[in-house]
Amino acid sequence: MSAVSGLAVAAVSTVETSGNTGENLVFWVCAIISVVGALGMLFSRRAVHSALFIASTMMALAVLYVSLNAQFLGMTQIVVYTGAVMMLFLFVLMIVGVDTSDSLVETIKGQRLASVLFALAFAALLIAGIGAGLTHPAVGLDAVNAVDGGNVQGIAHLVFGRYLFAFEATSALLITAALGAMVLAHRERHTPRKGQQELSRDRVRSGSPQNLPGPGVYARHNAVGTPALLPDGTPTDRSVPEPLRGVSAAFTPNPQDSARVNALAAGLAAGAGTDEESQS
Amino acid sequence: MNPLIAAAQGDLTIFGKDPFWLVLIKAVVLFLALVLLTLFTTWFERRVVARMQQRSGPNRVGPAGLLQPLADGIKLALKQGISPVNADTVIYLLAPMIAAASAVMVFAVIPVGPVVSMFGVQSPLQLTDFPVSVLYVLAIASVGIYGIVLAGWSSGSTYSLLGGLRSSAQMISYEIAMGLSFVAVFLYAGSMSTSQIVAGQTDIWYALPLCVSFVIYLISMVGETNRAPFDLPEAEGELVAGFHTEYSGLRWAMFFLAEYVNMINVAAVATTLFLGGWRAPAPISTVWPGANEGWWPILWFLGKVFAILFVFVWLRGTLPRLRYDQFMKFGWRVLIPVSILWILAVAAFRGIKNEYGLDMRTTLIVIGLGLAIVAVIAFLFDLRRAAPESGADEVFDPFAGGYPVPPLPGQEFTVTRRAKATVTSAVIGAEELIVSEALEAPHE
Repeated sequence: MSAVSGLAVAAVSTVETSGNTGENLVFWVCAIISVVGALGMLFSRRAVHSALFIASTMMALAVLYVSLNAQFLGMTQIVVYTGAVMMLFLFVLMIVGVDTSDSLVETIKGQRLASVLFALAFAALLIAGIGAGLTHPAVGLDAVNAVDGGNVQGIAHLVFGRYLFAFEATSALLITAALGAMVLAHRERHTPRKGQQELSRDRVRSGSPQNLPGPGVYARHNAVGTPALLPDGTPTDRSVPEPLRGVSAAFTPNPQDSARVNALAAGLAAGAGTDEESQS
Repeated sequence: MNPLIAAAQGDLTIFGKDPFWLVLIKAVVLFLALVLLTLFTTWFERRVVARMQQRSGPNRVGPAGLLQPLADGIKLALKQGISPVNADTVIYLLAPMIAAASAVMVFAVIPVGPVVSMFGVQSPLQLTDFPVSVLYVLAIASVGIYGIVLAGWSSGSTYSLLGGLRSSAQMISYEIAMGLSFVAVFLYAGSMSTSQIVAGQTDIWYALPLCVSFVIYLISMVGETNRAPFDLPEAEGELVAGFHTEYSGLRWAMFFLAEYVNMINVAAVATTLFLGGWRAPAPISTVWPGANEGWWPILWFLGKVFAILFVFVWLRGTLPRLRYDQFMKFGWRVLIPVSILWILAVAAFRGIKNEYGLDMRTTLIVIGLGLAIVAVIAFLFDLRRAAPESGADEVFDPFAGGYPVPPLPGQEFTVTRRAKATVTSAVIGAEELIVSEALEAPHE
């Protein structure tokens, strides 16, 4: 709830410092969106919904930054966090499939204790930060921006001047993380990579060069997760794309359908048999 | 300060002073213009593609078929909106709205003209501008990806999911190249605001000195809008219609609108950043000083935008779709490294200019000489390299792997015994077949 109290304090300070109605309107709309988004992130069951709620919180915060004259921060917030980081999260989550919800079993040891400690630490940080802001009269972003001739120039001055070392250290950390991800994802290749020609040759030689059976072609449901029915009425997993195999609801063949297919097949076989007989 | 002079110098203080009703009018007019431009662009695209394919294109509804998009739109609006049982309903309905809304938001910072008098108020032909408005364009574009990705995910269909995954990977990758191509413009203009960038191109369009950035932007904007040849998220040969497979009626129409508005957006951004924005092309502005004043610039702006839209259509009519791995490889291994090197070169050039006061001509001559030396060395190296070897030394096996195959380049076609027998038998006739087979039999 520290976020709510923080916003309340920020609201009070905003109302005090500016009498601009437009700014107040923006604040109250964005504040509600960001708080609802934060709560929704905590309480939604599906991982993708959580991701969307936090994305909406980020965007509302970005609008607040812009309305408070920190345009560069607001825009980079959307480009970097909403556009890139959350999108990568979504990318991973989407592979999980549409109708799965997360298991709520805790796997990390001492998770609750650690979360309580971190929450307390974060609350202390917020209280200290906001308290310092309230006790010391704020200079105001207009005055700060005017020093270097603009918001962007001011940030550039700070990042490449006073905080250059922290900035470089962070970038080294990020590069290390990227390297770590590359090492973890790296797989030693022992055979030469197959090109288009080799792949097509292998496919022709595999014995079944045709396409895999399409989902829903022989099935009575049109969802892609539903396995196709083979001519003998049994479902085949080969028609379900790899990411959805086992994720979507298992399809049980309708016994009536199987019976009908079998009857049809039997009839066809009988018919073929009679044709052969008449020919000979 | 006189607002006209302020606009010419790219002063941002003229923005944010419009009365509320004027802001409202500008916003509504921009929205309507975008919708109308979308209708016109679909007609334009179909007519141009038709010309390229020796057809006429739509020509029945209205003069020259101009009302065809309207008829299509009405048809779409009256169609039934189907939602799949497996769909995540809320997100399924939200996704087209996100896509369409973020598409129309970009135009808020695009300058379409100088300061004009509107209903007695001196105001620029641009909804708003602020110091980081090009970053705003990037931000809105990245929000727009959500619409596509969520549509793909929430439909509960594999084709949609694969389309959504492709599009998120593709747009993130190409957004990096796009952002990097902007950096050189920022270095030249010394600003990230669109109106100041346009003001910086009074003498020369940035497309000329920053030609590499311009080309990279042109390529990445096609990838960013999911257009042919980079339309992998909706590749009809593999994914039916990709992320919008399960959409119909008005919801599909919103994706359609978003795609075309996004095309207009990236074309407008290219115009603003590289082609001088609303400024008249060189011969016109020299003969006619009034070309850059009043309402005329809208004409130049639209002309440039449609020139780029024509390139979009041209690409679609000419190039086949790329394979996905080739496409990603191109983005990460060609566009991004080239962009970074180019930014390095531009930054070095700007640094030299700022430090030693070299003018552009001297530097360009030095760069040109350097490039010429590199070209000569590359040519000599190419001459010394041996001719590429083909499969000439391999013996041609007409039944490689049990299937009849044609000879590879460089291979000799030799008639085998079996082939000879077949040809002979075909010539001689059916009766001889038995004889030739009988003759062949003892050899085998």
